[in-house]
Amino acid sequence: MTSEPIIHIENVHKRFGNVHALRGVNLDVYKGEVIVIIGPSGSGKSTLLRCINRLEEFDEGRIVVDGIPLDTAANINAVRTEVGMVFQQFNLFPHLTVLENILLAQRIVRKRSKEEATRIALDLLYKVGIPDKANNYPIQLSGGQQQRVAIARALAMNPKIMLFDEPTSALDPEMIQEVLDVMLALAREGMTMVVVSHEMGFARAAAHRAILMDEGQIVEEAPPDVLFTNPKQERTKAFLSKVLH
Amino acid sequence: MQTATPSQTSSATRKTTVDQWWLLVIAVIALIVFLVVTQPNPYQRILIFVEDGVWVTLRTTMISFVLVLILGLVVALARLSKLWLLRGFFTIYVEIIRGIPVLVQLLFWYFAFPPIIQNLGTSLNSPALINYKADPNFMAILGLTICYAAYMSEVYRAGIQSIPKGQMEAARSLGMTYFQAMRYVILPQAIRVILPPVGNEFITLLKDTSLISVVAVSDLTRRGREFMASNFIPIQPWIMVSLLYLVMTLISARVVHYIEQKTKIER
Repeated sequence: MTSEPIIHIENVHKRFGNVHALRGVNLDVYKGEVIVIIGPSGSGKSTLLRCINRLEEFDEGRIVVDGIPLDTAANINAVRTEVGMVFQQFNLFPHLTVLENILLAQRIVRKRSKEEATRIALDLLYKVGIPDKANNYPIQLSGGQQQRVAIARALAMNPKIMLFDEPTSALDPEMIQEVLDVMLALAREGMTMVVVSHEMGFARAAAHRAILMDEGQIVEEAPPDVLFTNPKQERTKAFLSKVLH
Repeated sequence: MQTATPSQTSSATRKTTVDQWWLLVIAVIALIVFLVVTQPNPYQRILIFVEDGVWVTLRTTMISFVLVLILGLVVALARLSKLWLLRGFFTIYVEIIRGIPVLVQLLFWYFAFPPIIQNLGTSLNSPALINYKADPNFMAILGLTICYAAYMSEVYRAGIQSIPKGQMEAARSLGMTYFQAMRYVILPQAIRVILPPVGNEFITLLKDTSLISVVAVSDLTRRGREFMASNFIPIQPWIMVSLLYLVMTLISARVVHYIEQKTKIER
């Protein structure tokens, strides 16, 4: 972790009209690191995540991903092929089968042959534990299964970084673990991950650093065990007292 | 490689019930046959006389509709564009077109447009423009297309906007360009949403082609009027013309319904 950071975020500001959503965020993420971001709703954690692959434009500052600055349209697309994203609402394509969901971007963005893309897709479905659902439509799957397909779809592009935007928040409680297990396995393989989530168990098991955001700023960052049990900042203590039971 | 059995695919769960509204189509056709057989004079004579008009109506509808589908999509995408100049230009186009009656637009294209071109030719000293003559069929299709593309663009726009924002975001986050995302993710879903209103537009267009009869196109309506004028019978030609339109619109409605059923997906 001494080399160049794979994600470099420098003094990033973002405004939505009058709302100052990000107020000068600085963050470096290194290859193989797993970072968990927590914070109250409206703290800017999802906005920050969405700035990393430029789903959200930022007004000031600089973000460099794997040596590519996020400025021109060509660079933004180049970064997006390196960065996978998993959404709270899964966002699977409902008109395509599970297999077709995983094939589409491989075929038209990565220009892979149908055979190669299919092999990759089926391997990934096996890896996320639902090899038998390839020809089902998303609507026929449970929420946990849909989210695992979404992870497989992102992984099929061979991303160097995976972003998770509250991946388990829309799931029924009994389905959360199956998604977290897939994420844990991914973290153990050395994937660079930035995760917005309040799953403390996952953070303790997988994260190298936990970050608390509030009012558009990073309030505190520390290894998860330290941040959760012995936070320095009052705002962190206040937030954790509401989240931890 | 196939891991799911065929019975798990959704095609097996689609309804295969017969659409009973086809009976209405059959009833109208039966009525036409009945009139032609029992009272060949004047009904058979009318049918033979207006037959070429039916083809003109169908041809005009089909060509215009295909052009409307293409132009309407272009206008809709332009109106959703981030470029304000593009968005503004086509918004003004839609607002102007929607504010002028179709009939007046058709009259404009047929009567006013050619002399405007000719005058322009005179001032530019261009013989090609001075000798410009309007072809009635071409002008009718042009007028209908420009008018209906404005309506259709609103249908497309509503359909595209009805698809959750997350779909575009997921597609873009996978590295697709805007147009790839539109083509492979947004439009295939939007089409299912807009099929009923698009079908309605088709049927409305088919009926509105009757307006081109005033700009020298020998469509079904004009042929009906010609028959009335030359035979001095006011009632029967319009019964026959009405029934022929009804057959066309009812069949169209059934076809739209069929396509809708076939492409329906649960969400």
